Amino acid sequence: MKQAFHIITSTCVPLPLENIDTDQIIPARFMKATTRDEQFFGEHLFHDWRYLDDGRPNPNFVLNQSQYSGEILVAGKNFGSGSSREHAAWAIAGYGFRVVVSSYFADIHKNNELNNFVLPVVVSESFLQALFQCIQENPATQVEVNLPEQRISNLANGQSEHFDINAFKKHCLMNALDDIDFLMENQTKTELWEQEHKQHS
Amino acid sequence: MNTLFDKIWDAHVVQEVSDGPTQLYIDRLYCHEVTSPQAFEGLRQRGLRCFRPEKIFCMPDHNTPSMHQEQAIQDETSRRQVENLERNAREFGLPYFGLMHPQNGIIHVVGPENGLSLPGMSIVCGDSHTSTHGAMGAVAFGIGTSEVEMVLASQCILQMRPMTMRINIDGKLGKGVTAKDLALYLIAQLGTGGATGYFVEYAGEAVRDLSMEGRLTLCNLSIEMGARGGMIAPDEKTFAYIKDSAYAPKGEDWDKALAYWQTLKSDDDAVFDREISFDASLISPMITYGTNPGMGIAIDGKIPEIPEDETAAISYKKALAYMDLQAGESMIGKPVDYVFLGACTNGRIEDFRAFASIVKGRRKAEHVTAWLVPGSWKVREQIQQEGLDKILQEAGFEIRQPSCSACLAMNEDKIPAGKYAVSTSNRNFEGRQGPGARTMLASPYTAAAAAVYGRLSDPRTLL
Repeated sequence: MKQAFHIITSTCVPLPLENIDTDQIIPARFMKATTRDEQFFGEHLFHDWRYLDDGRPNPNFVLNQSQYSGEILVAGKNFGSGSSREHAAWAIAGYGFRVVVSSYFADIHKNNELNNFVLPVVVSESFLQALFQCIQENPATQVEVNLPEQRISNLANGQSEHFDINAFKKHCLMNALDDIDFLMENQTKTELWEQEHKQHS
Repeated sequence: MNTLFDKIWDAHVVQEVSDGPTQLYIDRLYCHEVTSPQAFEGLRQRGLRCFRPEKIFCMPDHNTPSMHQEQAIQDETSRRQVENLERNAREFGLPYFGLMHPQNGIIHVVGPENGLSLPGMSIVCGDSHTSTHGAMGAVAFGIGTSEVEMVLASQCILQMRPMTMRINIDGKLGKGVTAKDLALYLIAQLGTGGATGYFVEYAGEAVRDLSMEGRLTLCNLSIEMGARGGMIAPDEKTFAYIKDSAYAPKGEDWDKALAYWQTLKSDDDAVFDREISFDASLISPMITYGTNPGMGIAIDGKIPEIPEDETAAISYKKALAYMDLQAGESMIGKPVDYVFLGACTNGRIEDFRAFASIVKGRRKAEHVTAWLVPGSWKVREQIQQEGLDKILQEAGFEIRQPSCSACLAMNEDKIPAGKYAVSTSNRNFEGRQGPGARTMLASPYTAAAAAVYGRLSDPRTLL
């Protein structure tokens, strides 16, 4: 959903596993929907970890533990690897997360988050591990994500880091614009390019 | 001093957005039924049409059953999704290869074999294994559904330029060691995030020696080490593979295209952001023991010990618990319940030849359920023309119909919970082949050996 992003201050949901693939974020059998129903995908976010075989919530999974809540998901390195399914980003957004923090993201999933107005924030491994520690000690730990200043701050230990995002995407997020708006405005440039590049197509 | 990647990427730049992405022109978009519905829906909501419909090809492959495609799809949600793609293709005027169409099959098999994916092209699809098409000497990468919508609407995509990496494989692969083993070896060496942010070019003697089928397998698995894509410079093998295929340029157009394709290689002084080399002779048939494709070992090796790093150990123990395997133990002799030959990774004719060469004159183990699923109707036809179907039948196997099938279990081909499958597909993630399924990734040779013995075996003993 298009929504402008500026500053978010929130508690976090910790998921200290590495290489979380998009099959875990949303299993393939929930991809048969033909509409972009974020609420539906949100209900199935991390389905096979979140629910037991009989459909009851798995009490050992973090989304079912009431002490953890908030708009920020914190995950181990290489988050979103594997399948390109944007359904994973829809599930994350549909659940209510606005930010995912990790020490790095898989490329396709990172784009999918950005295209759904969820901000992937890449932090250093030491920032990440310290944040996990803080949340473990106190689930009420707050994090501030400041997009205009490109800064993430762990309000429990005072640690603060700059994060990267390209100026175009930052502008899109802050103004609730998407890439298609841009591409449609630039269609004459595309036509011109086609005229100049006929030989190889 | 340009790399192959630079040459093709630069030839498709419409404009650079200041301190932002590149607007890249796309020569070919493929759509399948799972990741495109919301993109078409987006076009309708915005009141847009496809900008260049003739450059876009649609075919269902993920949900399609691997048996009885001549009948209506039984599963209602699958059927609805396939019908939705057909309707969208018609509404937006796009070529469509539906069920039972002679050119239907898995997109990453169909595109290259029909001359739809050609050297020098920019190719995208809402599927991470689009990296496969890089074997043709193209820049091909997987995208999300919002990006599919961008390309449908504008034939362009906004992308950050990736870094470049060259992986050289020197020397020759040993007997019974395939492109699949090479790829699993590289992923085990680099990890599933080892090439994140990079576009990989594969080079070196062992890569040149691979058949086109083998090169497609190698590039297919690029995404499993996190790479944006993988590619191989086109050569005489590439040109022979394309020539006379359905959509390949013909006559004068062929000569013109060929002259251009022959320029598509990295310059001698090209500089890559990262360059690494491996010795092909050190690679054995590979098997995975864990829940990501980087958790692979030589088939005669032992499962690595639990890592000392605390965070890494949590994930590692979770993976072994899911697989019900122990650190330090050997994989040889492990019981196997299911064998799957197919997918965009190993669903081509060479893979069926390899499988048949092992099972010829032998019998499938009684307790093993085997699914042999060709990647396209064209592959299936060739299996019959070469008489491989007879060899396979005599050994107790049947050939099914083209589909992604058990690779991601969106159709009926699901591995039951707790069962072990030796699979020639690309992912061993938890639940990938069905909730609770335990996947071990391997080559068609290793899969065939497992099917015959009913347990994991070194395929080299059967060659």
